[in-house]
Amino acid sequence: MTTIPHIPLLRLGKPYQSLDTVEVRDIRTNETLAVVSQANAGIIRRDARRADEAFDALQAMRCDELIAISQKAADLFLRGDLPLGSDGVMQSAEDYVRSLSATSGLPHVMVRRNMEKIHFVLANMKSIFAGLTRGLDTSAIDEGFGEQAGVPVSFFPAAKQLAAILPSNSPGVHSLWVPAIAMKIPLVLKPGSEEPWTPWRIAQAFIAAGCPPEALSFYPTNHEGSQAILDLAGRALLFGDRKTVDRYRGDPRVEVHGPGYSKVLIGEDEIDNWEAHLDVLVRSVLDNGGRSCINASTIVVPRHADAIAEALAQRLAAVQPKPADDPEAKLSAFAKPAFAEAIDASIDQALRDTTGGGATDVTAKYRSGPRRVVVDGATYLLPTLVRCQSFEHPLANTEYLFPFASVVEVPQRDMLCTIGPSLVVTAITRDPAWQRQLLACPHIDRLNLGPIPTSVVQWDQPHEGNLFEFLYRRRAIQMARV
Amino acid sequence: MSTTTPTPSSSTRVDAAAAAQQLDAYTREMIQWHFSPETGSPFWLNWAKQAGWDPRKEIQGFADMVKFPHFQDEWLRDIDPHQWVPAAFKGKPFNIFETGGTTGMPKQRIGWNDYKVDYEEFSDRYGDDVFPHGADWLMVGPTGPRRLRLAIEHLANHRGGSCYFVDLDPRWVKKLIAEGHFDMARKYQEHVIEQAVTILKHRRIGCMFTTPRLLETIGEHLSVPDAGIKGVFCGGTTMTPQMTRFLCEEVLENRTVFVPTYGNTLMGLACSKPTFAEEGYSITYYAPQPRAVLRIVDPNDTTRTVDYDTWGRVELTTMTKEFFMPRFLERDEALRRPPAPEYGFPWDGVAEVRPFGASEKKIVEGVY
Repeated sequence: MTTIPHIPLLRLGKPYQSLDTVEVRDIRTNETLAVVSQANAGIIRRDARRADEAFDALQAMRCDELIAISQKAADLFLRGDLPLGSDGVMQSAEDYVRSLSATSGLPHVMVRRNMEKIHFVLANMKSIFAGLTRGLDTSAIDEGFGEQAGVPVSFFPAAKQLAAILPSNSPGVHSLWVPAIAMKIPLVLKPGSEEPWTPWRIAQAFIAAGCPPEALSFYPTNHEGSQAILDLAGRALLFGDRKTVDRYRGDPRVEVHGPGYSKVLIGEDEIDNWEAHLDVLVRSVLDNGGRSCINASTIVVPRHADAIAEALAQRLAAVQPKPADDPEAKLSAFAKPAFAEAIDASIDQALRDTTGGGATDVTAKYRSGPRRVVVDGATYLLPTLVRCQSFEHPLANTEYLFPFASVVEVPQRDMLCTIGPSLVVTAITRDPAWQRQLLACPHIDRLNLGPIPTSVVQWDQPHEGNLFEFLYRRRAIQMARV
Repeated sequence: MSTTTPTPSSSTRVDAAAAAQQLDAYTREMIQWHFSPETGSPFWLNWAKQAGWDPRKEIQGFADMVKFPHFQDEWLRDIDPHQWVPAAFKGKPFNIFETGGTTGMPKQRIGWNDYKVDYEEFSDRYGDDVFPHGADWLMVGPTGPRRLRLAIEHLANHRGGSCYFVDLDPRWVKKLIAEGHFDMARKYQEHVIEQAVTILKHRRIGCMFTTPRLLETIGEHLSVPDAGIKGVFCGGTTMTPQMTRFLCEEVLENRTVFVPTYGNTLMGLACSKPTFAEEGYSITYYAPQPRAVLRIVDPNDTTRTVDYDTWGRVELTTMTKEFFMPRFLERDEALRRPPAPEYGFPWDGVAEVRPFGASEKKIVEGVY
């Protein structure tokens, strides 16, 4: 019998096995794959009093050293054998893929793709650092002042730790917080309840690469613990549903990452050529199992909506669940079947809503059965494409944790005042006048001009806020000449 | 000796068989008392008339108590306290004690000396290494109409000390939380803690009573052992093993003795087996038998107890000359634990008490 690994807390890098634990289970077999220590809120509050230790440990190092550590951690994360818990159990990269797949429902191929994303960000930390700081020489952070484009600059840390309340949906999001180490800001990580694997492995990769362990705290915890983390953090990234993130919107300490409501917009000039862009639409909806905030959930077109919906529905409906280790797998299973059931019911209910002329599940006629299926003991929702008669329909601008999108017809001149906040917008157009309007649109966080899937991310660009600008503030500086 | 495992005095050691016999005899005595017209209360005498059976004949030992239906806690809200006065106490003014954080009409228990008996017995279990004789106490927690307020002061006085008080009104906290005023609830807690810390900094305090959460928060402001506290008597809300460990190891730094208890206005005080640290911080509590008896019952058949180390619902029977409350189903569940005669508890214990149904649903508990 193999030992079930126990993933402890990391209290400023020091493993601590709590007496409160939860089990992370294989969604198909119900086998326990890990026992995860849970932090009581008091532990988090007590450790926060030692935040200076973590901060000082990173401040004592140079950014270039920490960039090199990040680069080393990249390979360790992708290929290395790293501790899983503090009892001597080691985890290979393949073990990680299998465990995460088994507990999250992501097929192996997607886990690997997400590993590559994280690896890419760590391995390219130098250029990502430069991208986020607009080419600032790292010595300006080390010394506290320097020069940028011939102008004296001084940046100081806005917080002594960066907290991250992390999601369980897709490991790719973890690439957002990893540059903090190179920026000399320690991390306080609260993993998603179903996904301790990735933040733990990244933390272990950093430590094995030479990062001071005290810079990494890891607290699987309950709601009260998460609240304690958010209350104490100088800066925090918060991933959650709309209700959770709405509570913190406007709090300058907290950068909220809620639903993306990402979209593809096709302009008047390209709409008659829509068939050429079908692949971009399919990828935008389907990549990464449709689980990310950067997946398109709405396709906005000035005309041909019915034809586009039919063609896209046909392509999406052809995608079927495959075994987790099938390299062609494109769909993720749900870790919690009840969640899939609730989403399925909510879509069916919304389809009965006649607001704005109603909505139709176009994929329904191309599938052989219901939207929700159980395959080999795992629950899936099959890709769903809905044709909404207007943007007012509740399904027109919503997103779910599976490949789901609506197609809506809106005149181009009304699109930008209709779409609302959108994490990623891919605008397929060559019209310079409209491109200028798109560039000026305040609702769009990431803008892809041209046929680039919404799911394609260039990591040296800011994503839902610039991490450097979140962690550092600029002050005016004048120095007397000697 | 570990500072977290005080040893009971040898005088409290009694074996399980003797304890069972004593409980049976005591039960008969209490039944006679409460159902005899010369000594019983109007409520119970009237109840027996309507029930159509005479407990004095049918209750010959504690096992027979299942003949009583469960005590309805609504009676303590709805019935005038004078109806509970046993004839033997007629004309003697009584204390009215109310239960913890209940909102609306509170449950009330009347009494005269019970709280003194309970807390003197508790006191006898601990030596000067835990609660030094002559040391002053600080109570931080719900005072007001609660039994605890007088009980802690009596405990302090009984051990030759005086007691300072900082009040926390759990009813107000519940209201703030229910209405979504989380910031105000936090400010109120800070207000309470600030007062406690001020007393601890400016007065020489040797012993403290507080709740787990308040203890944790006090420990965020100062070192409890460095403040001179030798022993902390703690109770009021659920303590998971992890919480207990955290309080012992980190808040009390393994230097101040932690004495967890389980209690309420209706029972009195259940003491803990002192070896909880060695038992994975799983605390086992023992009711102040024979005055109060805790049974862990099958929620689907409350006449039978569950097996040892199995979860069940907590059922409380309180029997003193002042108050009789048979088979009250608490809103808690717990593990049934075997007797620990070596620690002066030759009867069943209850462990890891938590709100009933906690394993199936999320319960917001422990506002203080």
